[in-house]
Amino acid sequence: MLLIECPWCGQCEQSEFHYGGEAHLTRATPESDNTELTGFLFLRSNVRGDTAERWFHAAGCRRWFNARRNTVDDRFICTYKPGQNAPQETTDA
Amino acid sequence: MPESTNRTGHALPPGAKTLRFRFNGKTYTGLQGDTLASALLANGIHFVGRSFKYHRPRGIFSAGSEEPNAIVETGTGGYAAPNVRATEVELYDGLEARSQNCWPSLSFDMLGINSLISRFIPAGFYYKTFMWPRSFWLKYEHYIRQSAGMGECPSQPDAEGYEKHHRHCDVLIAGAGPAGLAAALVAGRSGARVILVDEHPYTGGQLNDRRNSPATDNWLQQVTTELAMLPNVSLMLRTTLSGYYDHNFCTLLEKVSDHLPPAERQDCRQRLWKVRAKQVIIASGAFERPLVFADNDRPGIMLASAVRNYINRYGVLPAQQLCVFTNNDSAYQTALDAQATGAQVKVIDLRLKPDTPDANSLPGLAQAAGIQIHWNSAVSAVHGKTQVKGVTVHQLSDDGRNIQGPGIRLDCQCIAASGGWTPNVSLFSQARGKLRFDEEQQHFMPDRGVAINPNISAGACNGRFDLAGCISEGESAAFLTLDALKISASKQPVTQPPADPEDQPVHLAPRILWAVPCDHPIGEGPKKHFHELQNDSTAADIALAAREGFHSVEHLKRYTTTGMGTDQGKTSNVNALALMAEYRRLPIAAVGTTRFRQPYTPVTFGAIAGKDLQNLFAPKRHTAIQPWHDRHGAVMEDAGGWRRPRYYQQYPGESMHDAVQRECAQVRKTAGMVDASTLGKIDIQGKDAAEFLERIYTNRWHTLAVGQCRYGLMLNEQGMVIDDGVTSRIGEHHFHMTTTTGGAARVYQLLEDYRQTEWPELDVYLTSVTEQWSVISLSGPSAEAIMQPLTSQPVNAADFPDMSWQAMDIAGVPARVFRISFSGEAGYEINVPTRYGQAIWEKIWQQGQAFGCVAYGTESIHLLRAEMGFIIVGQDSDGTNTPLDLGMQWIVASDKADFVGKRGLQRNVFSQSNRKQLVGLMPEDASQILPEGAQVVLPGAIQSNDKGIGHVTSGYFSSTLESGFAMAMVAGGRQRKGDTLEVMLLSGETVRVTVTGTRFLDMQPKAAQQEAS
Ligand SMILES: [Zn+2]
Repeated sequence: MLLIECPWCGQCEQSEFHYGGEAHLTRATPESDNTELTGFLFLRSNVRGDTAERWFHAAGCRRWFNARRNTVDDRFICTYKPGQNAPQETTDA
Repeated sequence: MPESTNRTGHALPPGAKTLRFRFNGKTYTGLQGDTLASALLANGIHFVGRSFKYHRPRGIFSAGSEEPNAIVETGTGGYAAPNVRATEVELYDGLEARSQNCWPSLSFDMLGINSLISRFIPAGFYYKTFMWPRSFWLKYEHYIRQSAGMGECPSQPDAEGYEKHHRHCDVLIAGAGPAGLAAALVAGRSGARVILVDEHPYTGGQLNDRRNSPATDNWLQQVTTELAMLPNVSLMLRTTLSGYYDHNFCTLLEKVSDHLPPAERQDCRQRLWKVRAKQVIIASGAFERPLVFADNDRPGIMLASAVRNYINRYGVLPAQQLCVFTNNDSAYQTALDAQATGAQVKVIDLRLKPDTPDANSLPGLAQAAGIQIHWNSAVSAVHGKTQVKGVTVHQLSDDGRNIQGPGIRLDCQCIAASGGWTPNVSLFSQARGKLRFDEEQQHFMPDRGVAINPNISAGACNGRFDLAGCISEGESAAFLTLDALKISASKQPVTQPPADPEDQPVHLAPRILWAVPCDHPIGEGPKKHFHELQNDSTAADIALAAREGFHSVEHLKRYTTTGMGTDQGKTSNVNALALMAEYRRLPIAAVGTTRFRQPYTPVTFGAIAGKDLQNLFAPKRHTAIQPWHDRHGAVMEDAGGWRRPRYYQQYPGESMHDAVQRECAQVRKTAGMVDASTLGKIDIQGKDAAEFLERIYTNRWHTLAVGQCRYGLMLNEQGMVIDDGVTSRIGEHHFHMTTTTGGAARVYQLLEDYRQTEWPELDVYLTSVTEQWSVISLSGPSAEAIMQPLTSQPVNAADFPDMSWQAMDIAGVPARVFRISFSGEAGYEINVPTRYGQAIWEKIWQQGQAFGCVAYGTESIHLLRAEMGFIIVGQDSDGTNTPLDLGMQWIVASDKADFVGKRGLQRNVFSQSNRKQLVGLMPEDASQILPEGAQVVLPGAIQSNDKGIGHVTSGYFSSTLESGFAMAMVAGGRQRKGDTLEVMLLSGETVRVTVTGTRFLDMQPKAAQQEAS
């Protein structure tokens, strides 16, 4: 069970959070073409290594936030509030 | 029955209490401090079970939790425990134990026939024989499962209690052997919060195997005493670190009272600790590795270190005549101890006789003690089936691949075998650590861990086997751990015990023969070379896997089932990998390893469940009106996390069908009331509240006037219907949203997601108010007459029109009343603060009595709404339906700039006319009720094997219609109106139906509006 740093509450147990999938997707609007729609609905980068993802502190402050996690060793590089860009740090894994 | 002479009387405390126990129906005695295994051996019993696949007789093999063979069932009734290792069961007075996996009895085993046909059931036989053709698997599965089953599931509920606890610590140390003790002492003295666990009821690990070593005994006692006095150290015995999970989250299984007779057990049998440790020190020791030789599975064949453990810890000599079979020095200690206890001992050593035997080496000491040593020799045959009677010993060829010369026969009842030592890397591997193969010592050992699981391995589990080395590794692991914890208290070293003559350095390197030859090539004769005892996997099976291309260790594991038993191959893994390497002519490191998985040893379901059982399994959500439901014959059901009345029995024994027909008829005739408090309710406020709804729902919300209500449909981004409900405008910037009962939490979370992440610029706030409001839904032709006396405001349709709401006093309580209905009848939804729910319900109920008003449950809700053609999201829709599929395109404002799902809906595929569409079905035989989920087919489809074209989503009998009726999703359904189709029943019969619209009951013209259940 992971320990996750909520940007508002600090470190809490994974069981308090819901996973929300890949972060920084651009929502399709009626103006989007089919490629953009497909990308938004179905295509995920599924990175082996550093990835940006969404988490929801469901049993805590009930806020959504983003995290950078290395999918190989499950190390959290950082967490940050929605609307912010992912910090550019990387892990050496 | 008196104990046999196997008890030497040396080890257990003098005057230990005599205990009586039963094994397979016979009564025996043992001593306080025995395990079941040591007590059986003391009584001369080796043969305790049968093997998994071939049902060969099997005996006690080890002395610890790595035991692959001696798996038994203990206790009876509510205390029955299957699949426990006899080597771990502490003896208590009155213990009952039985062998497993043998039928009808241990000595006469029907499935032993498998042993005779074994050459027809090689590795992979499950896959080869039974997976194709498929019908064969179906035929044999039951037989296979029965014979492969380990223990029997107890027939009575568990009589014992279990607990779960959470803990935190600075350092968690697994294993209280020399390395773990040293680490705990250093960490404990520094003031760190330490948890030290060991699966045994005592500390010391293998120090307990020593015969006569006052120096180490004293050291052990001093260290244990000091640890017990440190308030910041928890020494937890009978406790196993069973699971090592991410971010140093570890589960500990504490056996609180398994060692006591049931009558003396307290409330808790086992306790599961969930520990978050900042640092972990793994000091889990090593396993002795078996030798793979001909028929090496016979009862009486044991690990050499286990024999030594039984002699020195329990005072039990497993046999009077003993052969020690080894490839290394360590087993000589067993030979010396057995001889000192009075056994006749011979050693068979695979190694060449050294030119200059060192008198101080263990072989030198053995020779000096007069023990006969057969050098460069192998056990080529084992005599005796249910108990070893003797061995044949042959000389080895120079390359060790064959035997040569004449064999000699030696009598013995026990073979103490040793193939060297394997570090116990299970926990390090669970913690995602990578292993490397140590060529010098020929074993896998920890290489590289991962950052999220900070741990250090110390002592034998790290490949360090000498006592002084284990202690100093434990000490330095603790130093490093304290550095990582930034604990700067002075680091005090651990005093080493004085040198013990037992700690002789190894003088002669091991001779590695991964498979010991016999008088026929391996796999080509009657003798079997087992590398894996629990799952009956042999060297020949590995050769077969190599020949057939199952090279990857993951394939090897599954094909031969090696390492897949409940022991996870603790003793067998290295032999399996080494044999594979040999057959493939690769270095062992190139074959690789599989990952050890949690748990380290089996964990009972009871411990995992703890107290989360029955009423405590999940919170029961009742509405405020529950006491009234209880008094009025409500039959309850689970609905979206709530308990809801399903129907009310007017008299005991009234059937659901009768009750529902009665309830529905009364609603249509006068009135009925239903507790709708479980509806999801979200309070939405803010300057952009209307704009927010505009984006969430498919229809328009800016235009909704204050005081008005509107039905809304919610889609996901793909354009599929996910929820619905009525939302009302409380004020200019204030709305009250309702959701389905089951969708409440999901919708609330989804709205928060959009609010926080997609449209953070909107000024809008969401609050879940589901539990703040009690909702009483009153409907029927007499609803207005019942309602009016309760309030001073007019509630007639002219003053209080449909789809509007008003704040009013109901019987003196401030309420929000919504003029909406889900039954098709005139209706009011009366919302009052939850604390008034029951009182107002009773007021309305009293008013209703003059009109025969009934209370009705979810079944009647469903029937009444279905008569109106109102869908239930999640019943009539399943997440793959667009509004168009459901005939609800009227609610999609496609001229809106955007809403959730708008772009998704624009895909061409959704306008195809052959999509499944919601229709009504009326059976030609009006008495038929069409079951939900039944397939809809074209007439004659069954004869011509055509596929179905849809399925029934809701089906009921309506007294009002005097007919069964159903809603269904049917391909191209709307174009089929008036057609005749067939619905298949499970019996194979078909029911002829006519396709209709979904407005079954047109009692009064309705705006196409509905409200969710
Ligand atoms: Zn939080």
